[in-house]
Amino acid sequence: MQLPPALHSRLAGGPGAAEPLPVERDPAAGAPPFRFAARRVRFPREHEFFEDGDVLRHLYLQDVLTQVTEAPERPRVPEFTCQVAGCCQVFDSLEDYEHHYHTLHRNVCSFCRRAFPSVHLLDVHILEWHDSLFQILSERQDMYQCLVEGCAEKFKTSKDRKDHLVRCHLYPADFRFDKPKKSRGPATPGAAVRASAEAPGDDGEQSGGDAMEVCSEHAASLPEPVGERRTSGHRIPSTICFGQGASRGFKSTKKKKGHQ
Amino acid sequence: MPSFRLVERFAAFLLSANFIQAHHVERKAGSPQTGGLRGRGATVPPTGAGALRKARREQQLISKRLLRDDASEEAEGGCVAMILGETEIQHFLRLAQQGTEEKERERALVSLRRGLQHPETQQTFIWLEGSMRTLVGLLTSNQALLQLEAARCLHELSHSEQSAVAEACLPATSYLLTYLSGHSSDFIELCLYTLGNLIVESEAVRRQLLPQGIVPALAACIQSPHLTVLEALGYALSQLLQVKEAPEMIIPSVLGSTLPEHILRLLQPGPKLNLGVAVEFAWCLHYIICSQVDNTLLISHGGLSTLGLLLLDMAGAVQRTEDTGLELLACPVLRCLSNLLTEAAMEVVGGQNQLEDERVVAALFILLQFFLQKQPSLLPEGLWLLNNLTANSPSFCTSLLSMDLIEPLLQLLPVSNVVSILVLTVLCNVAEKGPAYCQRLWPGPLLSCLIGTLASPDIEVVGQSLELLQLLFLYQPEAAKDFLQQSGLQVLERHQEEAQLQDRVHALQQTALHQ
Repeated sequence: MQLPPALHSRLAGGPGAAEPLPVERDPAAGAPPFRFAARRVRFPREHEFFEDGDVLRHLYLQDVLTQVTEAPERPRVPEFTCQVAGCCQVFDSLEDYEHHYHTLHRNVCSFCRRAFPSVHLLDVHILEWHDSLFQILSERQDMYQCLVEGCAEKFKTSKDRKDHLVRCHLYPADFRFDKPKKSRGPATPGAAVRASAEAPGDDGEQSGGDAMEVCSEHAASLPEPVGERRTSGHRIPSTICFGQGASRGFKSTKKKKGHQ
Repeated sequence: MPSFRLVERFAAFLLSANFIQAHHVERKAGSPQTGGLRGRGATVPPTGAGALRKARREQQLISKRLLRDDASEEAEGGCVAMILGETEIQHFLRLAQQGTEEKERERALVSLRRGLQHPETQQTFIWLEGSMRTLVGLLTSNQALLQLEAARCLHELSHSEQSAVAEACLPATSYLLTYLSGHSSDFIELCLYTLGNLIVESEAVRRQLLPQGIVPALAACIQSPHLTVLEALGYALSQLLQVKEAPEMIIPSVLGSTLPEHILRLLQPGPKLNLGVAVEFAWCLHYIICSQVDNTLLISHGGLSTLGLLLLDMAGAVQRTEDTGLELLACPVLRCLSNLLTEAAMEVVGGQNQLEDERVVAALFILLQFFLQKQPSLLPEGLWLLNNLTANSPSFCTSLLSMDLIEPLLQLLPVSNVVSILVLTVLCNVAEKGPAYCQRLWPGPLLSCLIGTLASPDIEVVGQSLELLQLLFLYQPEAAKDFLQQSGLQVLERHQEEAQLQDRVHALQQTALHQ
């Protein structure tokens, strides 16, 4: 297919529409026995027209057209220790360390040292566990927020919230990040420091047990400044960069190895 | 070469007298489980495209990705994965849960994971009491590397072709979703691919994932800066959007979320555009658009201009021969553009959302040439867009003429019957605009090409040629004379007895003879 050379420079040029030639239709055009009429065509989801392209997509995902997608090789580095105080885990790859850090040290409550999978769950925890104002307010209004992202419901008690999670959101009744609290003494920072890496003696469900527990009774807590600073002040700042700027990108191109 | 069935369906579709713009082709009733083709990643030898097409027609075409950390497997000494029995599974699970040394626990899970590559192990596992519970416990532990390995085990299970295995993974889904708002990009990526696989496999899983908040979770996760996460998310979302109940159950809430804006953001051309990511989200967009739920919303978010600019960008990539795998992106983009152009919002002339830049036509031809060389099966899709661009647009028809694109278009005629019909349709779009257009079509190479297509054994090709002839004779009377001189009448005569053609043949014979 020979394309006119000017086409390439047209592409490089600025936007613009051609001044249309005058349109002048004769009613006899497309009149019976003829039937042509210029129309935009629309194809719905399952139309056969999409068959070939869909097969192409399938093959791509199946890595037949390109080569098998492999997880990037993890470069091994000389062993190093986690720098967080109290943690002595050793690593020989940056990726492993990154996951460890995010799992155990990233969203950690500085009151009770529990680690959470996300900022959101940590914030809810701090609010419900370590915020005396929350306890007071919750007696008068619904304060226990639903844990599901995008659901704005709030509840009077943690039990009501759990019922909601199970009924409406089909969460498991023993959802790990919403466990009722066993009664404990007053929580004071520093007094109940639990190493974030839990002792392996726990059974499977509780291993590393950082259940998000709800305060079912008042716990004496230290006086805290009021307002937003309460929650944000106790998160560990996320200034860690793992230098993993290189992205996987379009994986298959890496595997071409000159076959193309 | 496209099958004949495809030719007939498409030609009939285009030419049917009762065609209306919002034509809905009846969906073929899903055939009962024929065990249609499902691939399994690298272990599947390249299959004939015919078998895959059959699977697609039977709506059995299911794609899953399998992330295998081959690097770590090599480090283990490259042992062949063995089928595990009940006792062995229990042994590994116990070790993983209660082992004293972390490395030992990890290794136990690695062994389990490799065993789970086998369907037999998967079956044994899911029927073993407490096994999933234990695995979920490990998945939610704070031992980071155990967690990762447990997630990999789950990923193996997600690749199963048995929906029972996918459904056995239901206890894990709330956690997979929770972890999407974490920070560990490798882990999130794994969770996303696992979710994508599970989504495809079982409606029961989807019925649980939706109330568990998968759409808001994805909408939050799409703000991640990690390209690997984004590609995985695009994959998972594309699988979600592709399921049969998506138009009613899923797409409305996706459109109601912030996902559309982010999808379009990730399709913006420029130095930050990543091909792997863009491919996934272009397919997401295609599934949304062709479901016809609320395309006006996408247009109002600037979808048309984003896709148009992306088309230009892709043509530029072809020019720079940086086009590896580009057809994988071009296909859904062309589909999105073509379908969006049929929206009523597009009828507002001069509106802000118009696609009027003739560089789009130039880019499209560059892509057509690229398809001709690399992926001829995509030529119909490119020509479909050309039809939709030119059908109602004197400006684009003029661009075809002024940029000398008629001859390149004619060069596509020999490719296939479907392509011929589309080329002729586009030419009809130009010709029907009147004498000013036809004068630029004839004289020229069009004559000999038409004599050629009139001789085609395919009725629809001939039929479309007759339509074009009528327009040319009407608006450019000299064409009839030339036609006679080139023995056009003899070619017409061949079709005099053909039921679907004879009326039109006769009419043309009359017109030609009366010139």
